[in-house]
Amino acid sequence: MNSKMKRREFIKIAGAGTGAMVVAPKLYAEFGKKDEELLESGSAERTPTYCEICFWKCAGWVYKKDGKPWKIVGNEDDPNSRGRFCPRGTGGIGAYTDPDRLKKPLLRVEKNGKQVFKEVSWDEALNFIADKLRDIAQKHGPECVALFSHGSGGSYFKNLLAAFGTKNVAAPSYAQCRGPREEAYLLTFGDGVGSPERTDIVNSKCLVLLGSHIGENMHNGQVQEFSQAVANGATVITVDPRFSTAASKSKYWLPIKPGTDLALLLAWIHVIIYEELYDKDYVKKYTIGFEQLKQAVKHNTPEWAYPITTIKPHIIRQTAREMAMHAPATIVHPGRHVTWYGDDTQRVRAGAILNALLGSWGRRGGFYFPAKAHVPKPPIPKYPKPRRDWRKAFPDQFPLANLALSSGICDATIPSAERNCSFKAWIVYGTNLIQTLPQPQKTLEAIQNLELLVAIDILPAEITGWADVVLPECTYLERYDDLRISPGRVASVALRAPAFKPKYDSKPAYWIARELAKRLGLEKYFPYEKIEDYLDYRLKAIGSSLEEMKKIGVKLIENPEHRFYLEEGEDYEFGTPSGKIELYSTTLADYGFDPIPRYTHHEEPPDGYYRLLYGRAPMHSFGRTINNPNLSQLMKENEVWINRKVAEQWGIKNGEYIVLENQDGIRSRPIKAKVTERIRHDAVFMVHGFGHSDKRLHRAYHRGADDQKLISRVKLDPIMGGTGMRVNFVTFRKEEA
Amino acid sequence: MKEIQITSGRMNPGIDPVLHAWGWEIPLYLFIGGLVAGILFFSALFYLRNEGEKYKAAVKIAPLFAPPLLAIGLFALFLDLSHKLYFWRLYTTIRLESPMSWGAWTLMLVFPLSVLWALPFLRELYPGFLKNCKLANLLTEWAQKFAKPIAWAFIFLSIILGMYTGILLSAFNARPFWNTSILGPLFLVSGFSTGTAFIILLSKDHHERQLFSKIDMGLIATEIFLIIHMFMGFLASTQVHEDAAKLFLGGPYTAIFWTFVFTLGLVVPLIVELMEWRGRKIPIAIPALLVLMGGIILRFIVVDAGQSSRWLYRFMK
Amino acid sequence: MPRYAMAIDTKRCVGCADCVVACQTENNVPLGYCRDWIVQEMTGSFPDLFLEIRSERCNHCEDAPCVRTCPTGASHIAEGGIVLVTHEECIGCKACISSCPYDARYVHPEGYVDKCTFCIHRVREGENPACVSVCPTHAMIFGDLEDENSEISIALRTRKHKALIPEAGTKPHVYYLL
Repeated sequence: MNSKMKRREFIKIAGAGTGAMVVAPKLYAEFGKKDEELLESGSAERTPTYCEICFWKCAGWVYKKDGKPWKIVGNEDDPNSRGRFCPRGTGGIGAYTDPDRLKKPLLRVEKNGKQVFKEVSWDEALNFIADKLRDIAQKHGPECVALFSHGSGGSYFKNLLAAFGTKNVAAPSYAQCRGPREEAYLLTFGDGVGSPERTDIVNSKCLVLLGSHIGENMHNGQVQEFSQAVANGATVITVDPRFSTAASKSKYWLPIKPGTDLALLLAWIHVIIYEELYDKDYVKKYTIGFEQLKQAVKHNTPEWAYPITTIKPHIIRQTAREMAMHAPATIVHPGRHVTWYGDDTQRVRAGAILNALLGSWGRRGGFYFPAKAHVPKPPIPKYPKPRRDWRKAFPDQFPLANLALSSGICDATIPSAERNCSFKAWIVYGTNLIQTLPQPQKTLEAIQNLELLVAIDILPAEITGWADVVLPECTYLERYDDLRISPGRVASVALRAPAFKPKYDSKPAYWIARELAKRLGLEKYFPYEKIEDYLDYRLKAIGSSLEEMKKIGVKLIENPEHRFYLEEGEDYEFGTPSGKIELYSTTLADYGFDPIPRYTHHEEPPDGYYRLLYGRAPMHSFGRTINNPNLSQLMKENEVWINRKVAEQWGIKNGEYIVLENQDGIRSRPIKAKVTERIRHDAVFMVHGFGHSDKRLHRAYHRGADDQKLISRVKLDPIMGGTGMRVNFVTFRKEEA
Repeated sequence: MKEIQITSGRMNPGIDPVLHAWGWEIPLYLFIGGLVAGILFFSALFYLRNEGEKYKAAVKIAPLFAPPLLAIGLFALFLDLSHKLYFWRLYTTIRLESPMSWGAWTLMLVFPLSVLWALPFLRELYPGFLKNCKLANLLTEWAQKFAKPIAWAFIFLSIILGMYTGILLSAFNARPFWNTSILGPLFLVSGFSTGTAFIILLSKDHHERQLFSKIDMGLIATEIFLIIHMFMGFLASTQVHEDAAKLFLGGPYTAIFWTFVFTLGLVVPLIVELMEWRGRKIPIAIPALLVLMGGIILRFIVVDAGQSSRWLYRFMK
Repeated sequence: MPRYAMAIDTKRCVGCADCVVACQTENNVPLGYCRDWIVQEMTGSFPDLFLEIRSERCNHCEDAPCVRTCPTGASHIAEGGIVLVTHEECIGCKACISSCPYDARYVHPEGYVDKCTFCIHRVREGENPACVSVCPTHAMIFGDLEDENSEISIALRTRKHKALIPEAGTKPHVYYLL
């Protein structure tokens, strides 16, 4: 099976030998419908798990009735979920029952001149992969194998590849999502924001959201705290070109012109400094660079910001004063997905500086210091040292990137004259790169240059159509996984245990990684054959056991000595080079970047074009839930939000299907128009994750439009390589729909 | 500016975007109910006036069709049920507040009575019919003995039956288009009108046809009056009722209603019958057929339009 | 005699539709059908906008037209004022569906008419309905109006609230805190 494949084709439907068509089980017929039967709910059984649908990993219980899936409910002891799951977690049952799931390992073969997938045994698939990896290691070096990972199972493949000899592991959540904010806060406070965010929202009296659409992004604990804060009467200031759910619960909604948030932040900093509203003691004791900052923002008055942002000067002053009034219980939220315009590290840093001036870092109602737990791992041999890493592909670029750039690895897969080698193999775990990475045309070009593409996934997402080998993993409801160790208000450990046996021929990632390790002679890096023993080892090290965790699900690791906030007048050393909060960043200065954020004008959409903004919906987790039977009916397709006056000009009616075309002439699928007052005239908005093109995803296929396809242009953040994606402009094409 | 959207959930089949609980079965049944009400009423009425021989078609022939028509109607009702195996539950209780309940019981009475009523006439027409069946003979005897009480019963029952088809719909106050007390009398009058049309078609006697033509004219005029008042009432009522009326005044039902029901089904037959009264010779089948067509289309439209009208989230996802 | 009612805090509700999914899994509602749903109502013009988000369902009306028009008595009022449908007594005539001004009912694929039951099977065990228990923003309150110290009684006493289309005359018992 080592035939050299011609140019890679996208295999739309599973080809040769896929067995009989799977008929969707009639779920409702399996259960009794009478009320009386439902009354006996006490006799159900439950298994502890933590959700895999988003990174929040809420711990909960999977309930079964007569061995059949019933419902998923939160674990009362879990600090992440506080006993209540979000809609995606509740709908997790659908991930298990989805009949479109990958069922058997697939191998790309050529049949009658066409490339199709052949169902193969695990042995055959894993041997193929191991052979190829060895081959590539010999010809090019193990460093030319990269891992893209998102999800709980990624750590096993990380371990495997580190043992194999490569540290080129990228999570798209870095350069495509929260990377700039981690670096910005690291540069300013010496510590990243972390995940989950260390924002003390529930105690906050003033919450400033820049583009964060809490309530539409359903980060469970955060939304819970947000609604509690709103109920407590906290002032919310939302800066968003769109009237989001969060904006509707805000005291102030600032419909800012997209691309100009940094100007607003600088104006706020100006007001707070020049009206002397900052926390003088805090700034004196804990920060450096105040005088430089004061000088730098001298000209950033609200009057200066007004024509740039279209926010009136008195509103800028009013909101700044409101923030200061409630300080230090004021949070200028760092956001999460912040890769917008290419200067994102600087923009988020401006927010960090504002937090520092208000004295909210390390103070109640601001940002707390999360309690952390350490759970020992069983010892394994040392990893070999790789001779090079991805950074070598981008000399002198992105000096402050702390994690690998997915987009970088993608770029470095395309052969180029400036590089003497490029990536040859990708292992893609749980991330649909086609819809995740911007500039999908580049992703596809990179894929064509690979000698091996392995996709490990649960659903036949688009990336699997391009793979050489597709390995079906079972869902989180059918497997054990490594412990979830969460920092937060209280550190906790959560167990994931299987509620069901793996369906079809799917296997857990731990088994897959270990089997590969065996074939590569790296077994000693996976000392335990059964993951249960590995878990038991770790749990016993903290005074618990697998048995105990199966009964309780979540164990809190209390540390009564941990302090969440700075004591009054306490001396504290921050993790920055100077040991203080750096309003003026010495590191940035050293690397030749602006030590204090400076506003630069961003390109605006040409006439007849509108900036493409994207976001989330609370019942979906991007592409991975669109096909979920329970969740797809809550939102089948996305809509493009168009300003009412703009729609009138174009003659677009509410509910009409139109096609979007971006500045590079790329067209989207027809998408329903939502004509609304809730968005500015110079932007359009849609929820990310729709527009699937893989026919095997029956509920997701051709529903809505894919925004990532329209993101054919990015602006790279020179500091850490984040891909700014909100720099694409679209126009409307009515006739094509 | 108001923007309302059901953003998640609902879109239940048959409920959204527009209610579609009842298809053709119910309008067909309502039409048959009205038709039978008309047939039985006139049969009983002229029987009690001892004009049975004079108006043979009305008194003796038309009622022969009542039992089979009712059977079709009841079968249509049965087909409409979505939980068919439990249909018998309908007859285990009577719920006075539910028009559907006492309508079911009324039908329970009318159906056997109409069979009884029809038997003697059937015997008249076909003397050999079931001559040897003991039960048939017994029942025919009974029918002849109790003809008068049955006729009186029919006067009341047919009015109830005719009205009930309209009241049934108007009891559903959640459908603004049906939420008018005029619907009961309208369907009653329409039912009687279709009854007379049916009799006209059956009758071979010129005199009888003339009489019923005149009766029909009066009924049609009443119907027109009621329809106009129904719309006036809607337009003078709340927003939801106005929107319901607008379905017919510029909305999707405008053309079909005013053409087929109002013009062809009411005005044209009225004019034709008037002309005939004045002596112009026109085949009498024309207005009769038009009235019957108008009657059935009226019920189809009313049942459909009612389901299109609602209090909340009209024509929205 | 308890009188159950539900209140949804529109200030807290973010329209995440958790209540919709939880109800589905708890009550085995067939896929493609929902007993509750989310409505977003926006008023005003840019930039002075107001958004109200509601989770809606059967209102378990005191003067329920669905109970009134049911010919078999399958639709009935059970304890606490909860409106239920007895499956074996329902003939599927759909009179109740036409009677509901909130369009809260639907015809279940198995033939009878179905709707929100206020999770009476949980209420009898002393638990809240599934939607109330799952709501991550704690926007939903369920309780006994007869008990003046219950959370819902206090909420209705202290907060401005409304019900949907009270002019339909059905005396609904699902309230929205404003």
